[in-house]
Amino acid sequence: MLKFFSRRRSWSIPYVIFLAVFVVMPLVLVLVYAFQSESGGFSLANFSKFINQPEAANTFIYSIGIALITTIISLALGYPAAYILSRMRPARARVVVMLFILPMWINVLVRTLATVALFDFLTLPLGEGALIFGMVYNFLPFMIYPIYNVLQKMDPSLIEAAEDLGATPRQVFRHVVFPLSMPGIVSGVMMVFMPTISTFAIAELLTMNNIKLFGTTIQENVNNGMWHYGAALSLIMLVIIGITTLFGDQSTEDAANDGGLL
Amino acid sequence: MVELGNIIEIKNITKNFPDKVVLDDVSLSVRRGEFLTILGPSGCGKTTLLRLLAGFNSASSGEISIDGKAMTDIPPHLRPVNTVFQRYALFPNYNVYDNIAFGLKLQKVDKKEIEQRVKRALKMVGMTDYEHRDVQSLSGGQQQRVAIARAIVNRPKVLLLDEPLAALDLKMRKDMQIELKEMHRTLGITFVYVTHDQEEALTLSDTIVVMNEGKIQQIGSPTDIYNEPCNSFVADFIGESNILNATMVRDRVVRFMNREFECIDEGFGENVEVDVVVRPEDVYIIRNAEAAMFNGVVRSSIFKGVHYEMLVETPDGYEIQIQDYNSFDVGSEVGMMIKPADIHVMRKERTENHVEGVMVDATHVSLLGETFECREVEGINAGDKVDVAFDFGAVELTDDADDGTSWGTIRFILYKGDRYHLTVRTDDGENIYVDTHDVWEDLDEVGITLAPEALRITPLKE
Repeated sequence: MLKFFSRRRSWSIPYVIFLAVFVVMPLVLVLVYAFQSESGGFSLANFSKFINQPEAANTFIYSIGIALITTIISLALGYPAAYILSRMRPARARVVVMLFILPMWINVLVRTLATVALFDFLTLPLGEGALIFGMVYNFLPFMIYPIYNVLQKMDPSLIEAAEDLGATPRQVFRHVVFPLSMPGIVSGVMMVFMPTISTFAIAELLTMNNIKLFGTTIQENVNNGMWHYGAALSLIMLVIIGITTLFGDQSTEDAANDGGLL
Repeated sequence: MVELGNIIEIKNITKNFPDKVVLDDVSLSVRRGEFLTILGPSGCGKTTLLRLLAGFNSASSGEISIDGKAMTDIPPHLRPVNTVFQRYALFPNYNVYDNIAFGLKLQKVDKKEIEQRVKRALKMVGMTDYEHRDVQSLSGGQQQRVAIARAIVNRPKVLLLDEPLAALDLKMRKDMQIELKEMHRTLGITFVYVTHDQEEALTLSDTIVVMNEGKIQQIGSPTDIYNEPCNSFVADFIGESNILNATMVRDRVVRFMNREFECIDEGFGENVEVDVVVRPEDVYIIRNAEAAMFNGVVRSSIFKGVHYEMLVETPDGYEIQIQDYNSFDVGSEVGMMIKPADIHVMRKERTENHVEGVMVDATHVSLLGETFECREVEGINAGDKVDVAFDFGAVELTDDADDGTSWGTIRFILYKGDRYHLTVRTDDGENIYVDTHDVWEDLDEVGITLAPEALRITPLKE
């Protein structure tokens, strides 16, 4: 018995159980349900329904569009922020990074409700604009942090070497800093892009249920007892996200140790 | 205004970092085409000086001009210099070819010419056919070669090298030294080389600049620096040496180890305290103690490949380092001789400690940030500024920093044959110098105690 507890492998048992029950089993269930008809037999009906019913497919494309816009805005705002942070003295930068991350300590729903209240207060209309604002606000730290991480770990002598070889500050950025921060950018883009496709709470609150994202569609189906169709939709989303991850993997492989998060 | 023949003029450069002075009023000229090495222990300011030349840092005061142009407001990318970095600093996102072509592409050099020049640079560093290799797949030595090629391909007026061989293993370092020397000859450009390795400096340089604590100690050719060190720091830092306290009795006669030696130095005055340096290879050792100038007992003998390195103790308790091709048994009685020309006499930088202090009351003086007891001094009022002098031997050091009246860190240890001469940096940043028989280690924290009767107090003239 003592031997059982002292073996290192035994220690991993709780984690294995946890993963099996909360990750593997649900995924298997999603897979099984997706390929089942309401009556229980194997069928591809759920998928043909997705293709033939333009509503769900349109929502899906729209969600990807919103996610892309959110990602682009986050990158445009996040990169300069990360760059400035990486040039600050480490002690001060840590405080500012903290300030960026601090809102993350509060629940997404609470933050989003606060955003709604803010829009109300400023008498701004809720809708698509508010939705994108809310998404960027929620996901920006996930963009800043990996980029900051890569930039901050970059060997300063690389920048000096480029200057020394005749590069103006702008050329240093274009030829050295930016290409070398690619792993951070890839990381940040995925951290923002993937979860934005499947959000639904933010969309519901910030558009007063006027705009449906793909996450909302899935949630509605599941709520209405359409487990099989919901599972199929989830599967489609998982596959699409999985494909983007593979793309990311390839470009980060070389630089995985340089500070990227994925 | 530029003197003809000098490519770099450094005038009264001082560089302060928030907590310390890194360069203290440094002036230096570099002749066009020479191989100049800045040599010193870590933290002496040599790398900072190089970074000022490259433009990565700016000086707190003073002027630098390169090739007749003032460099004060010129950013690094417009300076006619290129740098080889200690850790190579190759761009990992480019292959060997693109790394070397980086500078030329920015200058918009013609594509064909770039290719020719890159190939020539690669050939020069012995890396032909490596163009398309990923830089991270190269060994340290290969990376450094690429880094050198990347710098010289731009044909800079001055090549700056920041300890370029420090990260390589010994064998590779020796090979690269020879190649660098060769490269310097073929390129004909000025090399400014920074290193802490004295052997490297002696091998490579036309001129060596020895630095310590932000100040230039000596500038000279390798033979000058080795044979005629100007002070005990240089003598100790360059090569092995016996450094001893001595008295210049009169011209051509110097007294150390309790006997008089003939030497060839003059002009020091009579009965002046000096330091003498005798290189270990310049002490002749013989079996017959009778015929020798002085004798001693061999305490240790280590075979070093070509020669034996021995430690011989004289009856008066002085330890002398000797290198000789013959082996002498440990414990055996031997005789020694030193030729007059091999005794090098140096003026002492100081013969006692001088510290500025303030009288607290008649029997207490404040110095080194603490209050010390002293003998009653007449004619000085509380609050007066005074000069406090005390002998090197009067300072008592204790293991526990809290046991002393003040405390400090040991910064430099010089063995003087029968005692250690320590430089102790006190906690308020002053250096005091201590003679002791106890063995301490570099960077030990020690308590400092001064006996009241050891302090000689004189009023400071305003």
